[in-house]
Amino acid sequence: MIEMKDVWKTYPNGVMAVNGLTVYIQKGEFVYVVGPSGAGKSTFIKMMYREERPTRGDILINSQNLRLMKERHVPYLRRDIGVVFQDFKLLPSMTVFENVAFAMEVIEAGRDDIRKRVMNVLDIVRLKNKARFMPHELSGGEQQRVAIARAIVNSPAVLIADEPTGNLDPDTSWEIMHILEEINERGTTVVMATHNRSIVNNMRKRVIAIEGGRISRDEVRGAYGYES
Amino acid sequence: MKARTVGRHIKEGGKNIVRNGWMTFASVSAVTVMLLVVGAFLMVILNVNHFADSLESDVEVRVFVDREAEAPEQEELEESIGTIHQVEDVEFIPRDEGLENFIESLGEQGDYFENLRDENPLNDVFVVQAADPQDTELVAEEIDSLSYVDDIEYGSDIFEQLFAATDFVRIVGLVLIVGLLFTAVFLIANTIKLTIMARKTEIQIMKLVGATNSFIRWPFFIEGLLLGVFGAAIPIILLTYGYQRFYDSIGTATGLEFFNFLPANPLILQTSVLLLVIGAVVGVWGSLMSVRKFLRI
Ligand SMILES: Nc1ncnc2c1ncn2[C@@H]1O[C@H](COP(=O)(O)OP(=O)(O)OP(=O)(O)O)[C@@H](O)[C@H]1O
Ligand SMILES: [Mg+2]
Repeated sequence: MIEMKDVWKTYPNGVMAVNGLTVYIQKGEFVYVVGPSGAGKSTFIKMMYREERPTRGDILINSQNLRLMKERHVPYLRRDIGVVFQDFKLLPSMTVFENVAFAMEVIEAGRDDIRKRVMNVLDIVRLKNKARFMPHELSGGEQQRVAIARAIVNSPAVLIADEPTGNLDPDTSWEIMHILEEINERGTTVVMATHNRSIVNNMRKRVIAIEGGRISRDEVRGAYGYES
Repeated sequence: MKARTVGRHIKEGGKNIVRNGWMTFASVSAVTVMLLVVGAFLMVILNVNHFADSLESDVEVRVFVDREAEAPEQEELEESIGTIHQVEDVEFIPRDEGLENFIESLGEQGDYFENLRDENPLNDVFVVQAADPQDTELVAEEIDSLSYVDDIEYGSDIFEQLFAATDFVRIVGLVLIVGLLFTAVFLIANTIKLTIMARKTEIQIMKLVGATNSFIRWPFFIEGLLLGVFGAAIPIILLTYGYQRFYDSIGTATGLEFFNFLPANPLILQTSVLLLVIGAVVGVWGSLMSVRKFLRI
């Protein structure tokens, strides 16, 4: 599913963010990526959807080599990878429904497909009754659920989340985790970078720890393992 | 591209136009001013060219043949003139015919000259035309050096001045137009830049969920196109109305026998189409500049 072979990333300013990272993530896995601030977690994640390109090494997503992928094929790669961020990135002038539908409209999905599918994913994130709300009328947790709905509306094989609970209180964070777990159970591979110790320790999923741009620990049913 | 997608791009482009308020106004105004100048200039130039064309029949060299020359020598001269390569046409007017024309042109007063028929004072004449009227002087000089030429006549000075004047008008107009053109492109590029900045998050999300680059770019091209086309509207209306009025009042009453101004149709139609095309090209050009620089996709 996702394969990295001896991947290196040096930013143009000379910062070496990832240094010889090799990892294999299978279809349907749920993976936490942990590590101290500046360890290279976000960089690792950005390389999966080709926001950043590795300086060296190969990355394979669904056996497509991103290093060899032509620029014009990148949009089609992205349709198979949903991404969620700490700051939601919703469009403030659109309703909940429109924010989610937007992701289907811009890849030219049909009108009927859009209506059905959007209501379907709003149901998954339990926001069906708030479809007509504006983002500013929602709580942080609800806004993040909209962002998740948007990320999965095109049925990607992988959902990537970079600190999705970073701005949320513990209860709301758990709400989000249950939704991600449910999405994972429906067959979507989930990769999530986080600093949330209690979530990682309680869920007991695979944990990949990154330090100094390398994998320092990779456990099948791991714990957070840092004091923070 | 699906019809629905085309509709979406046009709607988005239109929304941007409305959203940008003052910048839209500034860009459209710049295009308007530019196209007004282009259109007015075009109408002047086309009429000047038309005037030059009308004169062309008068841009000719009259070669008076030596009265001593016999038929074979005249033929030799005609041949020599014909081999000058700027020459397009040589017409021979025998002196009898010349006199006939002269008497006729005087009408009733011509009767006084009837007696000239016995002792025709005129020369045989070759009327020579250069392929390009600007070469008239050159042709005249060459003919002057041939043998059996008594004298030549041509209206050099007026034409020299006319051609110099139109060249000057052309250069000034072109410089002005190029300056205005770049101003318009610059303003449109800036308007599109504002749109791109305002829609940063939207563009970021589009990229993230896998919209193609061309899908992301289209609304910006449409916005530029609309700015250019809107800018063409006022010049087209003003110039159509203005030229129509001008033509109605003095189009055919120029006081010159050989010259009328170009009729309002098809001049207005041609000019309008051209302005519309220039507006569209300038608009798309401006948005292309910003899309390349700021969209980074
Ligand atoms: N666009 C960039 N240009 C230059 N350097 C960068 C860029 N992005 C990240 N870095 C640097 O690369 C290193 C790794 O950053 P990264 O964002 O991957 O860390 P992280 O593990 O996600 O940290 P955090 O937990 O704080 O989010 C850091 O030293 C950072 O300063
Ligand atoms: Mg990070």
